[in-house]
Amino acid sequence: MLYLNAFIFVGLVSLIGEIILDNTKLTPGHITSILVVVGAILSFFGIYEYFIDFAGIGASIPITSFGNLLYQACLEGYKNDGILGMFTNMLTTTSGGITSAIIFSAFLTLFTKPKD
Amino acid sequence: MNKEEYQKLVKDYTPKEKKLENALIAFVSGGSVGLIGAIIYTILLNFDIQSKTANIWTIIILIFLASLATSLCFFDKWVNKARCGLIVPITGFAHSVTSSALDYKKDGLITGLGSNIFKLAGSVIIYGVISAYVLTIIGVIFNVKF
Repeated sequence: MLYLNAFIFVGLVSLIGEIILDNTKLTPGHITSILVVVGAILSFFGIYEYFIDFAGIGASIPITSFGNLLYQACLEGYKNDGILGMFTNMLTTTSGGITSAIIFSAFLTLFTKPKD
Repeated sequence: MNKEEYQKLVKDYTPKEKKLENALIAFVSGGSVGLIGAIIYTILLNFDIQSKTANIWTIIILIFLASLATSLCFFDKWVNKARCGLIVPITGFAHSVTSSALDYKKDGLITGLGSNIFKLAGSVIIYGVISAYVLTIIGVIFNVKF
């Protein structure tokens, strides 16, 4: 069931993005930004936990999980260290994604060339 | 050629909007990314890795695969076909970072690669941080508990 639920959840989020892309003049950049903010808002209302219960790993693959993780980390920081914690704890859980994207892109593009 | 024939000719040559097909392709390709992620996750769990750690490793492996495919220049074709099916999952984040690194590398390491690597993916991080910060403040002020 883990496989099927992950397939359905990621597919549905992609479907929503594609419908917005086809029917409006927004660019993919707009859509990913909107989805991140939507993820943070869903996390704020406590809805994202149900998605994690439903889809498991599938819930952390769409870009919406970025907003969820940012909000949870910020709240966790406030509970531990107050206002300072909101600044120092914000990027802790998303650091894996951001840092790996920088490292892999920098090293992999050193040896390759764009086609045209 | 009269007017009606001309209208018919125009209609034949304008590209048809295939919204339903696009949506279906996005659903299937996005779902496949989720399926691949779930397969990687279960493989990692077999190596006695805790579920939280396996979660992060799955994301990093997906980012690595997308970066590798982008730097080898065949991921662009897939993104053009699947569109949101590959842009909305975390592969789109890796694709935008790697493709801007690839495009601006010719302008030099500092003014090219360094300053442009987050040209497309930057907005995701910026608005994510801003919205998380504002929502936390709202939650703290109004003492919201869901």
